[in-house]
Amino acid sequence: MTEHIVTKKQYALIFGILMVLTLATTAIGMIDLGRLNVVVALVIATIKALLVVLFFMHIYWSSKLNKLVVVSGVVWLALLLWLTLTDVFSRGWLPFPGK
Amino acid sequence: MANHTLALRHQFDNVEQQKDASTFGMWLFLVTEILFFGGMFCCYTVYRSLYPSAFGHASNHLDVILGAVSTAVLICSSFTMACAVNSAAVGAKKALAAFLWVTILFAAAFLVIEMSEWRTLYKEGLMPGFNFTYHDVDPAHVQLFFCMYFAMTGLHASHVTIGIGLLAVMAIRASRGVFTPQYYTPIEISGLYWHFVDLVWIFLFPLYYLIARHLQ
Amino acid sequence: MITATVETRENYLTHEYGVKSWLLTEDHKRIALLYLVAISFFFFLGGIFATVIRLELLTPPGDLVSAQTYNKLFTLHGVIMVFLFLIPAIPATLGNFLVPMTIGCKDLAFPKLNLLSWYLFMVGGVFVLYAMLEGGVDTGWTFYVPFSTSYANTYVIMTALGIFIAGFSSILTGLNFIVTIHRMRAPGLTWFRLPLFIWAIYATSIIQVLGTPVVAVTIVLVALERGFHFGIFDPALGGDPVLFQHLFWFYSHPAVYIMVLPAMGVISEIVSVFSRKKVFGYKFIAFSSVAIAILSFLVWGHHMFVSSQSVYASMVFSFLSFLVAVPSAIKVFNWTATLYKGSISYDTPMLYAFGFIGLFTIGGLTGTFLATLGFDVHVTDTYFVVAHFHYIMVGGTMMAYLGGLHYWWPKMTGRMYPELWARLSALVIFLGFNLTFFPQFIMGYLGMPRRYHAYPEEFQVYHVLSTAGASVLAVGYLIPAVYLIWSLRYGKLAPDNPWNATGLEWQTTSPPPPENFDITPVINHEAYDYSILEEMKVG
Repeated sequence: MTEHIVTKKQYALIFGILMVLTLATTAIGMIDLGRLNVVVALVIATIKALLVVLFFMHIYWSSKLNKLVVVSGVVWLALLLWLTLTDVFSRGWLPFPGK
Repeated sequence: MANHTLALRHQFDNVEQQKDASTFGMWLFLVTEILFFGGMFCCYTVYRSLYPSAFGHASNHLDVILGAVSTAVLICSSFTMACAVNSAAVGAKKALAAFLWVTILFAAAFLVIEMSEWRTLYKEGLMPGFNFTYHDVDPAHVQLFFCMYFAMTGLHASHVTIGIGLLAVMAIRASRGVFTPQYYTPIEISGLYWHFVDLVWIFLFPLYYLIARHLQ
Repeated sequence: MITATVETRENYLTHEYGVKSWLLTEDHKRIALLYLVAISFFFFLGGIFATVIRLELLTPPGDLVSAQTYNKLFTLHGVIMVFLFLIPAIPATLGNFLVPMTIGCKDLAFPKLNLLSWYLFMVGGVFVLYAMLEGGVDTGWTFYVPFSTSYANTYVIMTALGIFIAGFSSILTGLNFIVTIHRMRAPGLTWFRLPLFIWAIYATSIIQVLGTPVVAVTIVLVALERGFHFGIFDPALGGDPVLFQHLFWFYSHPAVYIMVLPAMGVISEIVSVFSRKKVFGYKFIAFSSVAIAILSFLVWGHHMFVSSQSVYASMVFSFLSFLVAVPSAIKVFNWTATLYKGSISYDTPMLYAFGFIGLFTIGGLTGTFLATLGFDVHVTDTYFVVAHFHYIMVGGTMMAYLGGLHYWWPKMTGRMYPELWARLSALVIFLGFNLTFFPQFIMGYLGMPRRYHAYPEEFQVYHVLSTAGASVLAVGYLIPAVYLIWSLRYGKLAPDNPWNATGLEWQTTSPPPPENFDITPVINHEAYDYSILEEMKVG
């Protein structure tokens, strides 16, 4: 496996995008978009995270195994949140037997 | 000679294998960190879903400028860390050490900003357990917000502190010329750790600071 | 006395002497023994608590100890047995010893990290011991909030901290195994040529890495709430105690698979060797291990059916819990099919394997009863649940652990254990176990609550049977402790491959040399290929 060396210029580009996105998310946060606020904030955060993971952390050039490891971590966290929230949000949907 | 021993421990067959194993191991560790912070993210998500307006009110007591600046500082530190890895890969030993020290400086700056935020919140009576005197709208749920805020930023700050220690060790070793283009795995995996710390904050910032700014 | 030929050849035990050579070792085999000593200590300590519990329960009134003391007894029994014995038992002792050897490499990927894991385990254990000596903790091993955060007046944080530190030992061990199994297999040793024990350890390690951090952060939150009054689970602030349970069980359910998956791996090995047959349905068992690891994360809510979790979520978790029983059942069918028309020998490890298959099946089936919402509502928090998990933990994991310990004892120590005493104690353990825990199913079904030290007269007969069984079980456990230690000095010297097993660990000396293999082996045959051994004998 040849060593892929990422140049400082490439890093600088990613850095620039990250700073722009930080400004963007802060600015957009000041505008009332109703329920879209949290969606936009999370989308921007996710894009920033992807940039860091893919390029600063080199996952873009890494083995399939490392990629799988990262995805698994995220999926597992999603599992924790999803099933827990399922409980929290569905309280009251169905009555307890006898009540 | 020292490099050869470091670069090829006895349990490995070749340098490639050792490097692969080390990077893979660090990624596995970072996955445990995703789930470690994730538990707290889970609490946050549940409570924000249950008490959205209280969380919005509470969030507006945080200083969004300081929060945004902290985010920028950490992103700078990630950039300089990445440059450090690049310097190691091309054999620029002086630049490697320099970038590591600058990363540490940014990290320290982040902590200073964080501590000043905490101090302000303490003085305003918004630190649960130590000084919580807020009695406006929805005090119970606002207190819950701040419990989560201090728990999460505290956990994050502890990781930043550990990161500073780790990078300092790396910087000292780098100054001694230990790392070469053939052997700089510790720099790479320290970098992975450091970027992860940045990643957590990338989510913490909007989730805590930007909930309901438009109402402010 | 044929000491000359074996003893003069250097092995990992004789390679270096002195306390430092053990406490600063990076040799996975020595670290395995360090763990063995530590967990044996914790096992007997947990057993002492069990003894006092069973003594108290001989009579209906709570007359031996006070209520709070009783709470401390079952809490410490649980904490020590779960976190300081069962979780590390097979992975940290047998796993550490065998993983590098069975995959043909010199050591784990990160030997120093391995040693650190042991030290973390010891430090965690010391914290728990300290809490115990200072007065103990009475929250139950599950330390539910708000009792543990707001009302308990015992050493919650100290104990929790101990578990937190020991948890990192578990995480780092799992991490080490995953990297080793992925990256350090001998040439020719493809995934589907691996012994099933390795698949089991691999699946276990996945659970350790993905699950343990969540309980770790939960402990941090409890400590923050208790220590700094950050009321994260405090209902007065709008906090949700059930959220604690979600976070706790997200780990603690998969944790029970950390306890049982390696045991299943051991059984696969033993059943194969002592039937002289390759394991039936190798790929099914391999995939079922991974399936269990993944599915185990989807079922945690079945511990919360009566905790005011929503009925909808409970139904989802109930359904998913039935799913996770399937891969376990597949294993039981495959082991049985392996036995069919096999050439069975009744050596001690095989006796333990038989015990495992029967008792794990009972434990597992009662698990499906408990997964059934309607039934669970009646028997939750009764002795039915206690019996269920002891059938799996003791009837399952403990039996497999002892079976594995006996099976690999010659390899690890270079000595044979006394076969007669070993078979006898296996029998005593089996009988004692059933006498202890079967009555618990019945009294649980009849309504005997768990964690009670005083109970109505009508349950006394079952408790007396159970305590009688416990005393037999105790004897059963003490006998191997004695003869295994005895064998270190006086046991017959073991040949390299006493069981005529396949597997790389048997191709090297008993005990192995420090670097495991003089030359890196190359594999060109499937696992459990007994014909190779025949060829080697003839050729």
